[in-house]
Amino acid sequence: MSSEVKEHHHTHIPEVGTLVKVFVALIVGTAITAEVATFDLGEWNVVVALAIACTKATLVAWIFMGVRYTSQLTKLFCVAGLVFLSILLLITFSDYSSRSWTHHAKPWATNPSLGTSK
Amino acid sequence: MPDAIAEAPHPTDEELHVKHHFATADQQMDADTLGMWTFLITEVLFFGGMFAAYAVYREMYPLAFAATSEFMNVKIGAANTAVLICSSLTMAMAVRAAQLSRKKDLIKYLYGTLAFGSTFLIVKAFEYHAKYVEHLIPGPTFHPDNLAPQFQHNAQILFFLYFCMTGMHAVHMIVGVGLLTFLVINSYRNQYNSNYYTPVEMIGLYWHFVDIVWIFLFPLLYLIGHWHW
Repeated sequence: MSSEVKEHHHTHIPEVGTLVKVFVALIVGTAITAEVATFDLGEWNVVVALAIACTKATLVAWIFMGVRYTSQLTKLFCVAGLVFLSILLLITFSDYSSRSWTHHAKPWATNPSLGTSK
Repeated sequence: MPDAIAEAPHPTDEELHVKHHFATADQQMDADTLGMWTFLITEVLFFGGMFAAYAVYREMYPLAFAATSEFMNVKIGAANTAVLICSSLTMAMAVRAAQLSRKKDLIKYLYGTLAFGSTFLIVKAFEYHAKYVEHLIPGPTFHPDNLAPQFQHNAQILFFLYFCMTGMHAVHMIVGVGLLTFLVINSYRNQYNSNYYTPVEMIGLYWHFVDIVWIFLFPLLYLIGHWHW
């Protein structure tokens, strides 16, 4: 096989300081998540919670899981995974959010025995 | 610079654990990593289905979901989140120790990860028991105190999702504890060093993934309408 493949060493050993910084960021993120949840931000509570969670997840994947140091192909697969997840969520949500547009209104919105939500 | 240590003897393919169908250790490592990530993507979609169900039902019954958050123990949930983050740090440190051929550190950090992971599971077991005692298991026995009657029906959906999602997460944790035990045993047998540490790194990826799932579960299950209480 070509020698250029053998030459290419991509083992990356992370610095302890980097790992500890990510750890601290994750703990701080958890504290902020719990603290923010005690305030009534209306619709924004869940947005803020998910934004922090996405940031934490990205940190874990990027540094702890070493996506940053992996091959282009692995990075492409990670992005593809997120694309598949967004297809799953997008199609599910567009189904449920558009059901009330038809003549058959939400039964749970009018039938008290099903519990009134809105 | 890698060139500076060029005089060191190159490890043989056997020392690098290169299987015969791979040209180089690097190629094998790329394939292993890609395979593991492919598996993790299927896991993302597996949990993604449950998150989608959660989102749909929360959108349908926002008030019932908010009302039930009174029954979630936020302090224990937050503490368990911190425990899991600690376990991710020790796992990352274990991979680093393996990369540096530091056997003692590797075993130490693997035990640390095992300890944090087990702590999480034990706390989770106590949480489940508390839910049982408070009649919060969905089904005929579901009758929590202080829950408005109009929420009695729909609150069960949240608890159903809660047990499914945290239950599947806990199953993954239990598998992870088994995998870590496997790593500890093999570490004692000097299986891992800077030439070969693939199992440590791959199980590390799995462990971090399980941590990521919990990062989303904590705010979504414990903190809905938390400001009410």
